[in-house]
Parts: sequence; structure tokens; C-alpha cells
Amino acid sequence: MYRYDKYDQAMVDTRVEEFRDQVRRRIEGKMDDDQFKPLRLKNGLYLQLHAYMLRVAVPYGTLNSAQMRTLAMIARKYDRGYGHFTTRQNIQYNWIKLAEAPDILADLAKVEMHAIQTSGESIRNISSDQYAGAAADELIDPRPWAEMLRQMTTFMPEFSYLPRKFKIAIIASAEDRIALRWHDFALRIVQNTAGELGFEVFAGGGMGRTPFIAYCIREFLPTTQIFSYLQAVLRVWNRHARRDNIHKQRMKILVHDLGQEEFTAQVEEAFEHFLSLGEDFPPAEYDRIAAYFAPPAFEQGLSDEIDLSDPAFARWVERQVVAHKAPGYAIANISLKPVGGIPGDITAEQMELVADLAERFSFDELRSTHAQNLVLPHVKKADLYTVWQALVSAGLADANLDLISDLIACPGLDYCSLANARSIPVAQKIAERFADPARQADLGELKIKISGCINACGHHHAGNIGILGVDRKGSESYQLLLGGSGDEDTTQAKIAGPGFDEDGIVDAVERAVEHYRAVRSPNERFIDTYRRVGMDGFKEAIYG
Amino acid sequence: MRIITGNDLKTGAVTWWTGYDWSLHVEDAVDAGADAEAVMAREVATCRVNGPYIIDGEKTADGVRPAHIKDRIRALGPTVRPDLTLKPADPEAREWVI
Ligand code: HEM
Ligand code: SF4
Repeated sequence: MYRYDKYDQAMVDTRVEEFRDQVRRRIEGKMDDDQFKPLRLKNGLYLQLHAYMLRVAVPYGTLNSAQMRTLAMIARKYDRGYGHFTTRQNIQYNWIKLAEAPDILADLAKVEMHAIQTSGESIRNISSDQYAGAAADELIDPRPWAEMLRQMTTFMPEFSYLPRKFKIAIIASAEDRIALRWHDFALRIVQNTAGELGFEVFAGGGMGRTPFIAYCIREFLPTTQIFSYLQAVLRVWNRHARRDNIHKQRMKILVHDLGQEEFTAQVEEAFEHFLSLGEDFPPAEYDRIAAYFAPPAFEQGLSDEIDLSDPAFARWVERQVVAHKAPGYAIANISLKPVGGIPGDITAEQMELVADLAERFSFDELRSTHAQNLVLPHVKKADLYTVWQALVSAGLADANLDLISDLIACPGLDYCSLANARSIPVAQKIAERFADPARQADLGELKIKISGCINACGHHHAGNIGILGVDRKGSESYQLLLGGSGDEDTTQAKIAGPGFDEDGIVDAVERAVEHYRAVRSPNERFIDTYRRVGMDGFKEAIYG
Repeated sequence: MRIITGNDLKTGAVTWWTGYDWSLHVEDAVDAGADAEAVMAREVATCRVNGPYIIDGEKTADGVRPAHIKDRIRALGPTVRPDLTLKPADPEAREWVI
């Protein structure tokens, strides 16, 4: 993985000391909150319901064991013994004290991590495939480009005061595991007929109160021209963005106001200009960065056999283990969704155990996923049983990847100051209702996504079943949505009808699920059945 | 009653105006009445509290009860982690919130 050079380290260290001074001045009363708030947000420090919340960037979802151990240490020393993995592959701490925030950032800097650009009107942490560098189905590891984009977009003045936040994602496989087209700017690495690699470019996606799926604005962009192209996109947005109206500032609004054709034409024109400046990175720079992501020294001649004689282990392998590109290796998904648990939460002890497993069995690498789970990307098939036993001992061995209990949920009203309703209790009740593993397995892939308000941090627009918390005359209410997808077959979920209270929404989900069971064709997933039969039958089943 | 609440500047902890100081316990909150705005302005200037605001609430037999669920969750802690709330040993506490 990428390692900081002396410039990266100096920038991050300097930033920590700058923030330490800002915090000191705030506490001494030399700055008021209006002055201080934008500064703390530039360092990922929010104020939530019960305390400050720190969002730490996990660049493209890649972590090593030293970093994970530091995250555990922070949870224990400065927080209350746990952290929360988010839908953008980052981690959040919920109980941070302002006075200690600079020390936390200093500890993070020691393991080449920070919280810069995890808030505010900036280019946020870049999402990438959690299986990058390991997946059997990828063209090439997308992370060198993610890292180059990270470097070119960090602290760049023109990108530091954007009209609104800007989220980038990049993958290199046909299967979309990161909700690609729900991002402002999304890249899929493809190959042209001449065998050259390039980007298929999408722009204008986003969730929030006005959801849009990104359009394709370029079918093939040579990889070496990405910097010019991204600048062109940002220039067009910067030029026209509705800075007067906070609800219309996201790029998705502009892209859809101008329309695919006009937006694309303006980008192409600006692109010509940026290309002519000759500022794109030289091929040698790609080689330099890519060297950091060279595949680990996989052993040759390993067997692909896995001893599945233990039935519980066999179930876990069937659900959680995915094909690896190297013979004899596998990708192991770690569920952070135990039935009745809090989606994405992980204790300091669990973080340490996972760090040990990464160090011993996965070439020191770990990944976080947008579905709020973790991944050991490079495990020898012969080691899977040992890994599984360790996960069992830590309560991390649930076999529910992409099943109904693998719910995505934002923190909601239990933690978040913007929330209308609690998300976590709804997630817990649904998982409990469908706890029986046989029932879950029978239902197959079924992605439920819950947000506690219209901001859509819990991706409800992309849920096969989406749930949105709303405020109905001062009490919590939940809307049910159906038919969304964050996968390669991206679709936006539609509202089924009137809302429900907390228990009512769990019953409504069950009625929708039972309707699916009644009308599905053999081997048909929930989303496919919904697309085939449409909303009406579901509506009738739900509302009677 | 008009209750003033905010978060402690240094710790971020939820605090309630008691008439002369800030408390972590909603039971200590007082009706700030017509003075609320003036108290808020003065307290912001002393840099002890962050983002104070005025909420509605009532005095009940069980003590002070903020009108909105959001402030009751702030008063107690996350409903999904009773162990981390101000009343970890009280099984009824969650019911009070909802
Ligand atoms: C608790 C503190 C949080 C705050 C204050 C917060 C705030 C927001 C706001 C205001 C938006 C809407 C932005 C817009 O549409 O312009 C948003 C969107 C989003 N947030 Fe959060 N959020 C929080 C936590 C989270 C968590 C825990 C996750 C992951 C589970 C997350 C992931 C996202 C995502 C994926 C979106 C949708 C982005 C889009 O519109 O494309 N956020 N957040
Ligand atoms: S969706 Fe709303 S409630 Fe949930 S974390 Fe985002 S802002 Fe908070």
C-alpha cells in the first residue's frame, strides 16, 4: 500500500500542529464558534448529539494492521472503546473531547492517517473497491489512480472551496461493489479494442434530498489525462454552481439541470484547455505510485482445496469468501452485522483481533466496505479455518454478506444532530425478525438500507428495501422504499406509500418480503422480482 | 418551561442551564423564562458552552422532560447503548426517552 513520503508526512504533521493551535485559541476564547467551526470541520471534527464526533479517512478503504491497532488505541484511550465504520469506508468516533482532538490527530499521523477533507465543501475521501488488488474479476488494481487522485485533490486551492462536497469513486471491474454511480464523479477502468486502459467516466450522482444516478459523460478517457479531465469537470461546476442555494449546490443538480449533452460539451471544451497546459502526470509518476501497490509475494503451487467438514465453517465460507486472483488464496469478508448489533460498530478488542489476523494471514492488509463491513483481502485457503475460528471467538463470524441482516444503517437520532428518527433500533429489529439463518438463506440477496433523515447517509435510495426516518408532528416515522440498487444495475428506490411507526415498519418489511417469496421465480433475487412484477403487488401486500 | 441546553465547549457533553451554572443532568434544568436569550449570549461569550439553544419542556413527577425526543436522547444518551447513558442501571430510562 501507499506509504507517506517526507512531504506527505510534513504536511500532515504541520496540519496537526496548526489545529492544536486553533483548538487552544478556541478554548482560550480568542476565537468564537463561527470562526472555529469551519476550522474544526476541515479536520473532520463535528459536533453531534452527545459529544464531538471525529471522522477519520480510510483512503480507498485500505488499512494495514498498525493503522487498525492505532484506531483501536484511539477508541480505548479517547473514546468509549468502539468505532463506527461508515458507508464511505471511513471510521467515526462518537465521544471525542475537543481538547484531546489534536492528540488524536497526532497519533493518527504516526501511522500515516488523518481526518482532512472528511467534511466540508471539499473533495472527500475517494472510495474504491474493497477487493482491489485481490478480486478475480478486476482488470487492474484501481488504487494507484485513487492514490494519485488523492494527492492531486488534497490541499489544492481550487478544490478547497468548492460549492459543496464532492465524492469520487473508482473501480476496475464490471461488478460494482461501491455504489459507483451514486457518486459525484465516478470512474470505471475499462479496456478499449486496442487493449489500452482508460476510464469510463460518470458524473452527477448523489443521494441526499435530491437523488440522482450519475450519467456516463465519457466512454473512454486515456488514464494519463485524468487530471485535466477532473479539473475540467470541477471548472464547469464551479462556474455555474448555485452557490446561492444550499440545496442546489451539489454537482448533481447542475449536471441534471444542464442535461447530459450540454454538461458533457462544456466539460469537453474546458478539457481541451486543461490538456493544452500539459499538467497531466507523466507515465513515470503512475509507475512510481503503482509500485506501492505491487501484489504481495503470493506463494506458488498452493492447493485450492478447503476442508469443509465443519458445517458452520462451510456456511461461513459459502457466504463470506470470494474468489481471489491468485491460486490458493481467497478474499474473506468479516461481518460487522451480528443480529441485534449496531451495523458498522466494532470494539477496540475486535479491531485488534482483526489487525492480528491481517498481519498473520493477509499480508498485513485490511479493507473497509461501503456496506460497513471489513475484508481480509489475501488469505491462503489453507488458513481460512484458523481465521474463521478466531473470528468466531470475537463475535465476528456471522455469515450474512448481502443477506437481509447485512443492513446498512446510519447513526440516526441515537447520535446524529440532523436526524429525524432513529435508524439503529429499526435495523436491529429487522435483523432480529429475520434472525433464523435458514430463513435468511432462503431469501437470498436482499439489501436493506436505512437513513435517519433525508441526507441519506444510510443509502436508502439505493436499498432493495430502503427506509427513511421522517419527523411526523414530533414523533419518529418511517417511509418504506422499494427497488433501489447500488450495484452495477443501479436504480433509485421509490416510495411505497404512507409511513409507519417503529414496529409498523418492521411488519411492513416482513409483508414485502413475504410477497416476494410468494411471487418469485426460481433463483430470482428480491430486486429482480420487484423489477419483473412492479410496485403494485408489493403495495397491496404491504398496505392491504 | 424554556430550557437552555448546549454542549460543553471542551468535552462536547450535553449541558443544561441551572440558573447559575451548567449541569450534565436534565433534572437540574430551570425555566429560564424571558432571560433565556440574554443568558445564552453571556454564556457563549465566556466560552463554556457550544451552540446553546432554547427548547420547550415541562416539569413532571419524574423531573424535567424536554418536549422533543431529540433532546430526551441528548439528556440520556444513545438508546441503543444503555451502558453508555447517564443511567446505565435504570431499565426504565429508555422508556422515558420514547
Ligand atoms: C453523524 C454525523 C453525520 C453528519 C452530520 C452527516 C451529514 C450529512 C449530510 C448533511 C449529508 C447530505 C449532504 C448533501 O446532500 O449535500 C450527508 C450525506 C451522506 N453521508 Fe453523512 N453525515 C453523518 C454521518 C454519516 C455516516 C455515519 C455515514 C455512513 C454510514 C455517512 C455517509 C454519507 C453518505 C453516503 C451520504 C450521501 C452522499 C450523497 O448525497 O451522495 N454520513 N451526510
Ligand atoms: S442520514 Fe441523516 S440521520 Fe443519518 S447520519 Fe446522515 S444526517 Fe444523520
